[in-house]
Amino acid sequence: MNILVILKQVPDLVEELEINDDGTDLDRTWMRYIPSEYDEHALEQAILLKEEHGGTVTALCLRIGEVDDTLFTAAARGADRLVRIEGDFEGISSRDAAAVYADHIRRGNYDLVLTGVQAHDDLNGPVGARLAAQLEIPYVGVVSGMHLDPETGVIHLHKEYPGGLLTVIRTELPAVVGIQSAVKPPRYVPIAKIRQASKSAEIGEETAEPQSLTPGYTVRRVFKPEGGGRAEIIDGAPEDIAARLVSIFSEHGLVR
Amino acid sequence: MSISIFVIAEHLEGTLADMTFEMLGKARQLADEHGGMVTAVLAGYNVAQLAEQLGAADALILIEDELLAEFAPQPYQDVISGLIRERAPGLVMVGSTSMGLDLAAALATTLNVPMLSSCIDLSVEDDAYVVTSQLYGGKIMMETAVTAGTAIAQILPGAFRAEDGQRAGTPTLEEIPPGLHPENFRMRFENFIKPEAGDIDITQAPILVSVGRGIQTQENIALAEELAEALGGSVSSSRPIVDQDWLPVTRQVGKSGMSVKPRLYLALGISGAPEHVEGMKNADLIVAVNTDPDAPIFSVAHYGVVADIFDVMPALEERLGERVS
Repeated sequence: MNILVILKQVPDLVEELEINDDGTDLDRTWMRYIPSEYDEHALEQAILLKEEHGGTVTALCLRIGEVDDTLFTAAARGADRLVRIEGDFEGISSRDAAAVYADHIRRGNYDLVLTGVQAHDDLNGPVGARLAAQLEIPYVGVVSGMHLDPETGVIHLHKEYPGGLLTVIRTELPAVVGIQSAVKPPRYVPIAKIRQASKSAEIGEETAEPQSLTPGYTVRRVFKPEGGGRAEIIDGAPEDIAARLVSIFSEHGLVR
Repeated sequence: MSISIFVIAEHLEGTLADMTFEMLGKARQLADEHGGMVTAVLAGYNVAQLAEQLGAADALILIEDELLAEFAPQPYQDVISGLIRERAPGLVMVGSTSMGLDLAAALATTLNVPMLSSCIDLSVEDDAYVVTSQLYGGKIMMETAVTAGTAIAQILPGAFRAEDGQRAGTPTLEEIPPGLHPENFRMRFENFIKPEAGDIDITQAPILVSVGRGIQTQENIALAEELAEALGGSVSSSRPIVDQDWLPVTRQVGKSGMSVKPRLYLALGISGAPEHVEGMKNADLIVAVNTDPDAPIFSVAHYGVVADIFDVMPALEERLGERVS
Protein backbone atom coordinates (compact mmCIF):
# COMPACT_ATOMS: atom_id res chain seq x y z
CA MET A 1 0.00 0.00 0.00
CA ASN A 2 1.74 3.16 -1.20
CA ILE A 3 0.16 6.37 -0.02
CA LEU A 4 0.99 9.84 -1.24
CA VAL A 5 0.14 12.83 0.94
CA ILE A 6 0.11 16.27 -0.61
CA LEU A 7 1.14 18.96 1.85
CA LYS A 8 0.33 22.45 0.65
CA GLN A 9 1.93 25.56 2.06
CA VAL A 10 -0.60 28.33 2.74
CA PRO A 11 -0.20 31.82 4.20
CA ASP A 12 -0.29 31.82 7.99
CA LEU A 13 -3.50 33.63 8.91
CA VAL A 14 -2.06 34.67 12.24
CA GLU A 15 0.07 37.16 10.30
CA GLU A 16 -1.38 40.29 8.76
CA LEU A 17 -2.08 39.70 5.06
CA GLU A 18 -0.95 42.52 2.75
CA ILE A 19 -2.45 43.34 -0.62
CA ASN A 20 -0.20 44.37 -3.53
CA ASP A 21 -0.10 47.93 -4.87
CA ASP A 22 -2.48 47.42 -7.77
CA GLY A 23 -4.93 45.53 -5.55
CA THR A 24 -5.06 42.36 -7.65
CA ASP A 25 -3.24 39.86 -5.46
CA LEU A 26 -1.69 39.40 -2.06
CA ASP A 27 1.73 40.87 -1.51
CA ARG A 28 3.81 37.78 -0.88
CA THR A 29 7.15 39.48 -0.17
CA TRP A 30 7.12 38.86 3.56
CA MET A 31 4.59 36.10 3.63
CA ARG A 32 4.96 33.38 6.23
CA TYR A 33 3.78 29.97 5.08
CA ILE A 34 2.55 27.02 7.11
CA PRO A 35 1.18 23.67 5.99
CA SER A 36 -2.57 23.72 5.36
CA GLU A 37 -4.34 22.34 8.39
CA TYR A 38 -6.49 19.89 6.43
CA ASP A 39 -3.33 18.48 4.84
CA GLU A 40 -1.94 17.75 8.30
CA HIS A 41 -5.06 15.67 8.90
CA ALA A 42 -4.45 13.92 5.57
CA LEU A 43 -0.93 13.05 6.73
CA GLU A 44 -2.19 11.72 10.05
CA GLN A 45 -4.79 9.58 8.27
CA ALA A 46 -2.10 8.20 5.96
CA ILE A 47 0.10 7.25 8.89
CA LEU A 48 -2.83 5.60 10.67
CA LEU A 49 -3.49 3.53 7.53
CA LYS A 50 0.16 2.56 7.33
CA GLU A 51 0.19 1.52 10.97
CA GLU A 52 -2.82 -0.68 10.36
CA HIS A 53 -2.00 -2.14 6.96
CA GLY A 54 1.70 -1.54 6.34
CA GLY A 55 3.09 0.14 3.26
CA THR A 56 4.79 3.45 2.73
CA VAL A 57 3.79 7.08 3.12
CA THR A 58 5.32 9.67 0.83
CA ALA A 59 4.96 13.35 1.76
CA LEU A 60 5.07 15.77 -1.16
CA CYS A 61 5.50 19.55 -1.06
CA LEU A 62 5.80 22.15 -3.76
CA ARG A 63 8.53 24.55 -2.78
CA ILE A 64 6.50 27.51 -1.52
CA GLY A 65 8.29 29.36 1.25
CA GLU A 66 10.31 27.18 3.60
CA VAL A 67 9.10 23.59 3.15
CA ASP A 68 11.91 21.46 4.57
CA ASP A 69 10.62 21.83 8.13
CA THR A 70 7.19 20.75 6.97
CA LEU A 71 8.69 17.66 5.33
CA PHE A 72 10.94 16.78 8.27
CA THR A 73 7.97 17.13 10.60
CA ALA A 74 6.12 14.69 8.32
CA ALA A 75 9.06 12.28 8.62
CA ALA A 76 9.06 12.63 12.41
CA ARG A 77 5.37 11.77 12.38
CA GLY A 78 5.98 8.66 10.31
CA ALA A 79 6.34 9.50 6.62
CA ASP A 80 8.86 7.23 4.90
CA ARG A 81 9.71 9.29 1.85
CA LEU A 82 9.93 13.05 1.38
CA VAL A 83 9.66 14.83 -1.93
CA ARG A 84 10.12 18.52 -2.63
CA ILE A 85 9.28 19.86 -6.06
CA GLU A 86 11.24 22.96 -7.02
CA GLY A 87 9.73 25.56 -9.31
CA ASP A 88 8.05 28.93 -9.46
CA PHE A 89 5.02 28.05 -7.38
CA GLU A 90 4.22 31.08 -5.22
CA GLY A 91 0.57 31.96 -5.71
CA ILE A 92 0.00 28.91 -7.96
CA SER A 93 -3.67 28.03 -8.44
CA SER A 94 -5.06 24.67 -7.37
CA ARG A 95 -5.73 23.99 -11.04
CA ASP A 96 -2.11 24.45 -12.09
CA ALA A 97 -0.80 22.73 -8.96
CA ALA A 98 -2.96 19.69 -9.75
CA ALA A 99 -1.15 19.33 -13.08
CA VAL A 100 2.23 19.25 -11.30
CA TYR A 101 1.00 16.66 -8.79
CA ALA A 102 -0.57 14.59 -11.58
CA ASP A 103 2.75 14.47 -13.38
CA HIS A 104 4.52 13.20 -10.25
CA ILE A 105 1.82 10.61 -9.60
CA ARG A 106 1.91 9.25 -13.15
CA ARG A 107 5.60 8.52 -12.68
CA GLY A 108 5.04 6.96 -9.25
CA ASN A 109 3.25 3.89 -8.03
CA TYR A 110 0.63 5.07 -5.59
CA ASP A 111 -2.49 3.23 -4.50
CA LEU A 112 -3.97 6.15 -2.64
CA VAL A 113 -3.49 9.91 -2.63
CA LEU A 114 -4.62 11.84 0.42
CA THR A 115 -4.90 15.58 0.59
CA GLY A 116 -6.84 18.13 2.60
CA VAL A 117 -10.44 18.63 1.50
CA GLN A 118 -9.59 22.24 0.72
CA ALA A 119 -7.12 24.98 1.53
CA HIS A 120 -8.14 28.46 2.59
CA ASP A 121 -6.62 30.03 -0.53
CA ASP A 122 -8.07 27.68 -3.19
CA LEU A 123 -9.84 30.15 -5.47
CA ASN A 124 -10.07 27.38 -8.08
CA GLY A 125 -11.48 24.75 -5.75
CA PRO A 126 -10.04 21.69 -4.02
CA VAL A 127 -6.83 20.37 -5.56
CA GLY A 128 -7.81 16.76 -4.86
CA ALA A 129 -10.91 16.92 -7.04
CA ARG A 130 -8.90 18.53 -9.84
CA LEU A 131 -6.09 16.02 -9.54
CA ALA A 132 -8.41 13.01 -9.70
CA ALA A 133 -10.23 14.44 -12.70
CA GLN A 134 -6.90 14.88 -14.49
CA LEU A 135 -5.82 11.35 -13.63
CA GLU A 136 -9.31 10.01 -14.35
CA ILE A 137 -9.44 8.14 -11.06
CA PRO A 138 -12.11 8.35 -8.32
CA TYR A 139 -12.26 11.25 -5.90
CA VAL A 140 -14.28 11.58 -2.72
CA GLY A 141 -13.87 14.60 -0.45
CA VAL A 142 -15.14 15.80 2.93
CA VAL A 143 -13.99 12.47 4.36
CA SER A 144 -13.45 11.96 8.09
CA GLY A 145 -13.12 8.22 8.38
CA MET A 146 -12.28 5.20 6.28
CA HIS A 147 -12.00 1.48 6.25
CA LEU A 148 -9.56 -0.15 3.86
CA ASP A 149 -9.87 -3.67 2.57
CA PRO A 150 -6.38 -4.38 1.22
CA GLU A 151 -7.40 -7.78 -0.14
CA THR A 152 -9.89 -6.37 -2.60
CA GLY A 153 -8.29 -2.97 -3.15
CA VAL A 154 -11.44 -1.26 -1.98
CA ILE A 155 -11.78 1.59 0.46
CA HIS A 156 -14.98 2.53 2.27
CA LEU A 157 -14.97 6.27 2.83
CA HIS A 158 -17.04 8.12 5.42
CA LYS A 159 -18.19 11.37 3.88
CA GLU A 160 -19.60 14.12 6.09
CA TYR A 161 -22.90 15.95 5.74
CA PRO A 162 -24.42 18.61 8.00
CA GLY A 163 -25.65 17.61 11.42
CA GLY A 164 -23.20 14.76 11.88
CA LEU A 165 -24.71 12.58 9.14
CA LEU A 166 -22.25 10.40 7.22
CA THR A 167 -22.50 8.45 4.02
CA VAL A 168 -20.28 5.51 3.22
CA ILE A 169 -18.93 5.45 -0.31
CA ARG A 170 -17.23 2.33 -1.59
CA THR A 171 -14.37 3.27 -3.86
CA GLU A 172 -11.88 1.22 -5.82
CA LEU A 173 -8.18 2.06 -5.67
CA PRO A 174 -6.26 3.92 -6.90
CA ALA A 175 -8.17 6.96 -5.70
CA VAL A 176 -7.74 10.47 -4.41
CA VAL A 177 -9.38 11.34 -1.09
CA GLY A 178 -9.99 14.83 0.31
CA ILE A 179 -9.63 14.64 4.08
CA GLN A 180 -11.80 16.81 6.30
CA SER A 181 -10.31 15.34 9.44
CA ALA A 182 -8.31 12.28 10.41
CA VAL A 183 -9.84 9.69 12.72
CA LYS A 184 -7.49 10.98 15.43
CA PRO A 185 -6.06 14.46 15.85
CA PRO A 186 -2.66 14.93 14.16
CA ARG A 187 -0.03 13.51 16.48
CA TYR A 188 2.30 15.76 18.38
CA VAL A 189 5.99 15.26 17.77
CA PRO A 190 8.61 16.86 19.98
CA ILE A 191 11.06 19.29 18.39
CA ALA A 192 13.93 16.92 19.19
CA LYS A 193 12.39 14.27 16.99
CA ILE A 194 11.96 16.72 14.13
CA ARG A 195 15.57 17.81 14.53
CA GLN A 196 16.62 14.19 14.44
CA ALA A 197 14.58 13.65 11.27
CA SER A 198 16.23 16.67 9.68
CA LYS A 199 19.55 14.88 10.12
CA SER A 200 18.53 11.37 9.11
CA ALA A 201 15.73 11.82 6.57
CA GLU A 202 16.47 12.67 2.98
CA ILE A 203 14.41 14.91 0.80
CA GLY A 204 14.10 13.79 -2.80
CA GLU A 205 14.21 16.77 -5.09
CA GLU A 206 12.33 17.16 -8.34
CA THR A 207 11.74 20.15 -10.55
CA ALA A 208 8.70 21.17 -12.53
CA GLU A 209 7.71 24.00 -14.79
CA PRO A 210 4.21 24.94 -13.77
CA GLN A 211 1.98 25.50 -16.74
CA SER A 212 0.16 28.78 -16.64
CA LEU A 213 -2.83 28.46 -18.88
CA THR A 214 -5.20 31.38 -19.11
CA PRO A 215 -7.48 31.05 -16.14
CA GLY A 216 -10.63 32.14 -18.02
CA TYR A 217 -11.36 34.99 -15.62
CA THR A 218 -9.79 38.26 -14.60
CA VAL A 219 -9.12 39.31 -11.02
CA ARG A 220 -10.61 42.79 -10.71
CA ARG A 221 -9.99 43.51 -7.09
CA VAL A 222 -8.52 41.96 -3.96
CA PHE A 223 -9.62 43.59 -0.74
CA LYS A 224 -10.22 43.07 2.95
CA PRO A 225 -13.77 42.90 4.27
CA GLU A 226 -15.00 46.27 5.53
CA GLY A 227 -13.06 47.05 8.70
CA GLY A 228 -14.62 45.58 11.82
CA GLY A 229 -17.87 44.86 10.00
CA ARG A 230 -20.97 45.46 11.96
CA ALA A 231 -19.91 44.57 15.50
CA GLU A 232 -20.09 47.36 18.03
CA ILE A 233 -16.76 47.12 19.79
CA ILE A 234 -16.75 47.19 23.59
CA ASP A 235 -13.54 48.55 25.11
CA GLY A 236 -12.25 48.79 28.63
CA ALA A 237 -10.87 46.79 31.51
CA PRO A 238 -12.22 43.24 31.85
CA GLU A 239 -14.57 44.33 34.68
CA ASP A 240 -16.01 47.14 32.55
CA ILE A 241 -16.42 44.83 29.58
CA ALA A 242 -18.16 42.27 31.80
CA ALA A 243 -20.50 44.91 33.20
CA ARG A 244 -21.41 46.13 29.73
CA LEU A 245 -21.96 42.59 28.43
CA VAL A 246 -24.22 41.72 31.35
CA SER A 247 -26.24 44.85 30.74
CA ILE A 248 -26.60 43.89 27.04
CA PHE A 249 -27.67 40.38 28.06
CA SER A 250 -30.15 41.94 30.43
CA GLU A 251 -31.59 44.24 27.73
CA HIS A 252 -32.19 41.11 25.66
CA GLY A 253 -33.89 39.36 28.55
CA LEU A 254 -31.12 36.78 28.76
CA VAL A 255 -30.28 37.29 32.42
CA ARG A 256 -32.53 38.30 35.25
CA MET B 1 -26.59 40.21 -22.15
CA SER B 2 -29.23 37.61 -21.68
CA ILE B 3 -28.12 35.38 -18.91
CA SER B 4 -28.41 31.65 -18.58
CA ILE B 5 -27.80 30.09 -15.19
CA PHE B 6 -27.90 26.45 -14.20
CA VAL B 7 -28.46 25.73 -10.52
CA ILE B 8 -27.40 22.25 -9.41
CA ALA B 9 -30.06 21.28 -6.88
CA GLU B 10 -29.07 19.42 -3.75
CA HIS B 11 -31.24 17.06 -1.81
CA LEU B 12 -30.64 14.67 1.02
CA GLU B 13 -32.99 11.94 2.20
CA GLY B 14 -35.85 13.24 0.07
CA THR B 15 -35.61 16.90 1.11
CA LEU B 16 -34.21 19.77 -0.92
CA ALA B 17 -31.32 21.45 0.88
CA ASP B 18 -31.55 25.16 1.77
CA MET B 19 -28.50 25.60 -0.44
CA THR B 20 -30.69 24.90 -3.47
CA PHE B 21 -33.08 27.72 -2.60
CA GLU B 22 -30.27 30.11 -1.71
CA MET B 23 -28.75 29.65 -5.17
CA LEU B 24 -32.13 29.75 -6.96
CA GLY B 25 -33.07 33.00 -5.23
CA LYS B 26 -29.92 34.76 -6.38
CA ALA B 27 -30.15 33.33 -9.89
CA ARG B 28 -33.80 34.45 -10.10
CA GLN B 29 -32.87 37.97 -9.05
CA LEU B 30 -30.13 38.22 -11.70
CA ALA B 31 -32.43 36.84 -14.40
CA ASP B 32 -35.18 39.29 -13.44
CA GLU B 33 -32.77 42.22 -13.53
CA HIS B 34 -30.91 41.36 -16.71
CA GLY B 35 -33.26 39.12 -18.62
CA GLY B 36 -32.58 35.46 -19.18
CA MET B 37 -33.29 32.07 -17.87
CA VAL B 38 -32.77 30.05 -14.70
CA THR B 39 -32.65 26.29 -15.04
CA ALA B 40 -32.65 23.98 -12.03
CA VAL B 41 -30.90 20.66 -12.53
CA LEU B 42 -32.24 17.90 -10.33
CA ALA B 43 -30.44 14.58 -10.40
CA GLY B 44 -31.68 11.77 -8.18
CA TYR B 45 -34.08 8.87 -8.02
CA ASN B 46 -37.80 9.21 -7.30
CA VAL B 47 -37.33 12.94 -6.82
CA ALA B 48 -39.86 14.23 -9.38
CA GLN B 49 -42.19 15.32 -6.57
CA LEU B 50 -39.59 17.91 -5.48
CA ALA B 51 -40.22 19.83 -8.72
CA GLU B 52 -43.22 21.67 -7.25
CA GLN B 53 -40.91 23.50 -4.83
CA LEU B 54 -38.67 24.80 -7.58
CA GLY B 55 -40.92 27.58 -8.84
CA ALA B 56 -38.09 30.11 -8.72
CA ALA B 57 -36.61 28.43 -11.80
CA ASP B 58 -37.96 28.88 -15.32
CA ALA B 59 -37.07 25.36 -16.31
CA LEU B 60 -36.20 22.12 -14.62
CA ILE B 61 -34.03 19.39 -16.03
CA LEU B 62 -34.78 16.16 -14.26
CA ILE B 63 -32.35 13.24 -14.46
CA GLU B 64 -33.42 10.11 -12.64
CA ASP B 65 -31.56 6.88 -12.17
CA GLU B 66 -31.14 4.41 -9.35
CA LEU B 67 -27.40 5.16 -9.35
CA LEU B 68 -28.19 8.79 -8.55
CA ALA B 69 -30.42 7.98 -5.57
CA GLU B 70 -27.78 9.18 -3.10
CA PHE B 71 -24.77 11.25 -3.90
CA ALA B 72 -21.59 9.58 -5.08
CA PRO B 73 -19.24 11.85 -7.03
CA GLN B 74 -18.64 9.82 -10.21
CA PRO B 75 -22.21 9.22 -11.42
CA TYR B 76 -23.26 12.80 -10.63
CA GLN B 77 -20.21 14.19 -12.35
CA ASP B 78 -20.88 12.04 -15.35
CA VAL B 79 -24.47 13.20 -15.96
CA ILE B 80 -23.89 16.84 -15.03
CA SER B 81 -20.74 17.30 -17.09
CA GLY B 82 -22.50 15.81 -20.11
CA LEU B 83 -25.39 18.18 -19.65
CA ILE B 84 -23.22 21.28 -19.25
CA ARG B 85 -21.16 20.38 -22.30
CA GLU B 86 -24.29 20.02 -24.39
CA ARG B 87 -26.23 23.06 -23.17
CA ALA B 88 -23.34 25.45 -22.45
CA PRO B 89 -25.01 27.72 -19.88
CA GLY B 90 -23.22 30.95 -18.98
CA LEU B 91 -22.97 30.14 -15.30
CA VAL B 92 -23.36 26.98 -13.26
CA MET B 93 -24.05 27.46 -9.56
CA VAL B 94 -22.91 24.66 -7.25
CA GLY B 95 -23.00 24.73 -3.46
CA SER B 96 -19.85 24.86 -1.37
CA THR B 97 -21.19 21.81 0.42
CA SER B 98 -20.21 18.20 0.88
CA MET B 99 -21.68 17.42 -2.53
CA GLY B 100 -20.53 20.60 -4.27
CA LEU B 101 -16.96 20.38 -3.01
CA ASP B 102 -16.61 17.05 -4.80
CA LEU B 103 -18.41 18.17 -7.92
CA ALA B 104 -17.49 21.73 -8.93
CA ALA B 105 -13.71 21.49 -9.33
CA ALA B 106 -14.01 18.09 -11.00
CA LEU B 107 -16.53 19.48 -13.51
CA ALA B 108 -14.29 22.47 -14.18
CA THR B 109 -11.33 20.19 -14.86
CA THR B 110 -13.23 17.78 -17.06
CA LEU B 111 -14.91 20.56 -19.05
CA ASN B 112 -11.87 22.83 -18.98
CA VAL B 113 -13.88 25.84 -17.85
CA PRO B 114 -13.13 28.42 -15.15
CA MET B 115 -14.34 27.72 -11.64
CA LEU B 116 -14.43 30.14 -8.74
CA SER B 117 -14.85 28.91 -5.19
CA SER B 118 -16.13 30.38 -1.91
CA CYS B 119 -18.51 32.74 -3.67
CA ILE B 120 -20.27 35.12 -1.32
CA ASP B 121 -21.65 37.53 -3.89
CA LEU B 122 -22.60 37.44 -7.53
CA SER B 123 -23.61 40.10 -10.03
CA VAL B 124 -23.79 40.75 -13.76
CA GLU B 125 -21.91 43.76 -15.12
CA ASP B 126 -21.04 44.66 -18.71
CA ASP B 127 -21.59 41.22 -20.16
CA ALA B 128 -19.65 39.52 -17.39
CA TYR B 129 -20.51 37.49 -14.34
CA VAL B 130 -18.78 39.10 -11.39
CA VAL B 131 -17.97 36.71 -8.56
CA THR B 132 -16.81 37.78 -5.11
CA SER B 133 -14.98 35.01 -3.27
CA GLN B 134 -14.25 34.98 0.43
CA LEU B 135 -10.88 33.31 0.98
CA TYR B 136 -8.10 33.06 3.58
CA GLY B 137 -10.47 32.10 6.39
CA GLY B 138 -12.73 35.04 5.56
CA LYS B 139 -9.93 37.62 5.75
CA ILE B 140 -9.56 38.42 2.05
CA MET B 141 -12.13 39.00 -0.68
CA MET B 142 -11.39 38.47 -4.38
CA GLU B 143 -13.57 39.93 -7.06
CA THR B 144 -13.27 38.21 -10.42
CA ALA B 145 -15.03 38.63 -13.74
CA VAL B 146 -15.85 35.86 -16.19
CA THR B 147 -16.57 37.00 -19.68
CA ALA B 148 -16.78 34.16 -22.14
CA GLY B 149 -18.12 30.64 -22.24
CA THR B 150 -19.32 28.64 -19.29
CA ALA B 151 -18.09 29.25 -15.74
CA ILE B 152 -18.76 27.44 -12.48
CA ALA B 153 -19.33 29.34 -9.25
CA GLN B 154 -19.21 27.46 -5.98
CA ILE B 155 -21.49 29.28 -3.59
CA LEU B 156 -20.92 29.49 0.16
CA PRO B 157 -23.91 28.33 2.19
CA GLY B 158 -25.67 31.31 3.73
CA ALA B 159 -24.34 33.80 1.15
CA PHE B 160 -27.88 34.33 -0.16
CA ARG B 161 -31.31 34.08 1.45
CA ALA B 162 -33.14 30.76 1.07
CA GLU B 163 -36.51 32.58 1.29
CA ASP B 164 -35.80 34.32 -2.02
CA GLY B 165 -35.66 30.99 -3.79
CA GLN B 166 -38.59 29.30 -2.09
CA ARG B 167 -41.39 29.74 -4.59
CA ALA B 168 -44.12 27.22 -5.21
CA GLY B 169 -44.92 26.26 -8.76
CA THR B 170 -43.47 23.71 -11.10
CA PRO B 171 -41.12 25.05 -13.76
CA THR B 172 -41.22 23.76 -17.32
CA LEU B 173 -40.11 20.20 -16.93
CA GLU B 174 -37.72 18.41 -19.20
CA GLU B 175 -36.77 14.89 -18.35
CA ILE B 176 -33.57 13.59 -19.87
CA PRO B 177 -32.27 10.04 -19.81
CA PRO B 178 -29.19 9.63 -17.60
CA GLY B 179 -27.37 7.35 -20.03
CA LEU B 180 -25.17 6.09 -17.22
CA HIS B 181 -22.82 3.20 -17.65
CA PRO B 182 -22.40 1.60 -14.24
CA GLU B 183 -19.43 -0.42 -15.45
CA ASN B 184 -17.48 2.86 -15.77
CA PHE B 185 -17.97 3.82 -12.15
CA ARG B 186 -15.43 2.77 -9.62
CA MET B 187 -17.42 3.95 -6.64
CA ARG B 188 -20.90 3.67 -5.24
CA PHE B 189 -22.95 4.88 -2.32
CA GLU B 190 -23.27 2.16 0.31
CA ASN B 191 -25.20 3.43 3.31
CA PHE B 192 -25.89 6.23 5.73
CA ILE B 193 -24.44 6.42 9.23
CA LYS B 194 -26.79 8.46 11.39
CA PRO B 195 -25.32 10.58 14.16
CA GLU B 196 -25.66 9.29 17.67
CA ALA B 197 -27.69 11.55 19.90
CA GLY B 198 -25.43 13.71 22.03
CA ASP B 199 -25.81 14.51 25.70
CA ILE B 200 -27.02 17.98 24.72
CA ASP B 201 -28.88 19.11 21.63
CA ILE B 202 -27.16 22.43 20.89
CA THR B 203 -29.77 23.30 18.25
CA GLN B 204 -32.30 23.62 21.09
CA ALA B 205 -30.12 25.56 23.53
CA PRO B 206 -31.24 29.17 24.04
CA ILE B 207 -27.75 30.27 25.01
CA LEU B 208 -24.52 28.91 23.59
CA VAL B 209 -21.06 29.64 24.91
CA SER B 210 -18.99 28.56 21.95
CA VAL B 211 -15.27 27.99 22.08
CA GLY B 212 -12.68 27.96 19.31
CA ARG B 213 -8.98 27.49 19.01
CA GLY B 214 -8.46 30.41 21.41
CA ILE B 215 -9.43 28.14 24.31
CA GLN B 216 -5.95 26.59 23.87
CA THR B 217 -6.25 23.44 25.98
CA GLN B 218 -8.78 20.77 26.82
CA GLU B 219 -8.60 21.73 30.50
CA ASN B 220 -9.74 25.27 29.69
CA ILE B 221 -13.05 23.95 28.34
CA ALA B 222 -14.09 23.69 31.99
CA LEU B 223 -13.90 27.50 32.17
CA ALA B 224 -16.39 27.75 29.33
CA GLU B 225 -18.60 25.16 31.04
CA GLU B 226 -18.63 27.28 34.20
CA LEU B 227 -19.51 30.39 32.25
CA ALA B 228 -22.24 28.54 30.36
CA GLU B 229 -23.68 27.39 33.65
CA ALA B 230 -23.68 30.94 35.01
CA LEU B 231 -25.56 32.04 31.88
CA GLY B 232 -27.94 29.08 31.86
CA GLY B 233 -26.55 27.87 28.54
CA SER B 234 -24.55 25.09 26.96
CA VAL B 235 -21.10 24.83 25.46
CA SER B 236 -20.62 24.41 21.74
CA SER B 237 -17.51 24.80 19.61
CA SER B 238 -15.89 25.28 16.24
CA ARG B 239 -14.39 22.44 14.27
CA PRO B 240 -10.79 22.42 15.60
CA ILE B 241 -12.03 21.68 19.12
CA VAL B 242 -13.91 18.60 17.91
CA ASP B 243 -10.95 17.52 15.77
CA GLN B 244 -8.82 17.58 18.90
CA ASP B 245 -11.39 15.33 20.64
CA TRP B 246 -11.91 17.98 23.31
CA LEU B 247 -15.66 18.00 22.73
CA PRO B 248 -17.94 15.49 20.95
CA VAL B 249 -18.99 16.15 17.36
CA THR B 250 -22.55 16.80 18.60
CA ARG B 251 -21.30 20.12 19.99
CA GLN B 252 -19.87 21.33 16.69
CA VAL B 253 -21.35 24.40 15.01
CA GLY B 254 -20.88 25.01 11.29
CA LYS B 255 -20.44 23.06 8.08
CA SER B 256 -20.76 19.35 8.79
CA GLY B 257 -21.79 20.29 12.32
CA MET B 258 -25.01 21.87 13.49
CA SER B 259 -26.74 25.02 12.36
CA VAL B 260 -27.87 26.87 15.46
CA LYS B 261 -30.08 29.87 16.12
CA PRO B 262 -29.85 30.55 19.85
CA ARG B 263 -30.96 33.76 21.55
CA LEU B 264 -27.32 34.37 22.49
CA TYR B 265 -24.21 33.05 20.79
CA LEU B 266 -21.10 33.97 22.76
CA ALA B 267 -18.11 33.18 20.54
CA LEU B 268 -14.91 32.82 22.55
CA GLY B 269 -11.64 32.64 20.64
CA ILE B 270 -13.39 31.77 17.37
CA SER B 271 -11.94 33.48 14.30
CA GLY B 272 -15.10 33.12 12.23
CA ALA B 273 -14.03 31.19 9.14
CA PRO B 274 -16.88 30.83 6.62
CA GLU B 275 -17.30 27.14 7.55
CA HIS B 276 -18.17 28.18 11.09
CA VAL B 277 -20.18 31.29 10.31
CA GLU B 278 -22.63 29.40 8.10
CA GLY B 279 -23.80 27.52 11.20
CA MET B 280 -24.37 30.44 13.58
CA LYS B 281 -24.88 33.69 11.74
CA ASN B 282 -28.64 33.63 12.30
CA ALA B 283 -28.37 33.71 16.09
CA ASP B 284 -30.48 36.49 17.62
CA LEU B 285 -27.55 38.07 19.46
CA ILE B 286 -23.91 37.36 18.66
CA VAL B 287 -21.13 38.50 20.97
CA ALA B 288 -17.54 37.69 20.00
CA VAL B 289 -14.37 37.86 22.04
CA ASN B 290 -11.10 37.52 20.15
CA THR B 291 -7.60 38.95 20.44
CA ASP B 292 -7.36 39.54 16.67
CA PRO B 293 -9.14 42.79 15.74
CA ASP B 294 -9.30 41.60 12.11
CA ALA B 295 -10.99 38.30 12.96
CA PRO B 296 -13.88 37.81 10.51
CA ILE B 297 -16.17 36.88 13.41
CA PHE B 298 -16.47 40.61 14.15
CA SER B 299 -18.25 41.15 10.85
CA VAL B 300 -21.10 38.82 11.87
CA ALA B 301 -21.15 39.67 15.59
CA HIS B 302 -23.43 42.37 16.98
CA TYR B 303 -20.97 43.14 19.76
CA GLY B 304 -17.25 42.53 19.74
CA VAL B 305 -14.57 42.52 22.40
CA VAL B 306 -10.95 42.62 21.28
CA ALA B 307 -9.38 41.00 24.31
CA ASP B 308 -8.01 37.79 25.78
CA ILE B 309 -10.84 35.39 26.55
CA PHE B 310 -9.01 34.40 29.75
CA ASP B 311 -9.43 37.96 31.03
CA VAL B 312 -13.05 38.31 29.92
CA MET B 313 -14.40 34.90 30.99
CA PRO B 314 -13.67 35.19 34.74
CA ALA B 315 -14.76 38.84 34.87
CA LEU B 316 -18.02 37.96 33.17
CA GLU B 317 -18.64 34.99 35.41
CA GLU B 318 -17.99 37.12 38.47
CA ARG B 319 -20.36 39.83 37.29
CA LEU B 320 -23.07 37.27 36.60
CA GLY B 321 -22.49 35.78 40.07
CA GLU B 322 -22.95 39.18 41.69
CA ARG B 323 -26.36 39.54 40.13
CA VAL B 324 -27.57 36.25 41.51
CA SER B 325 -26.37 36.82 45.07
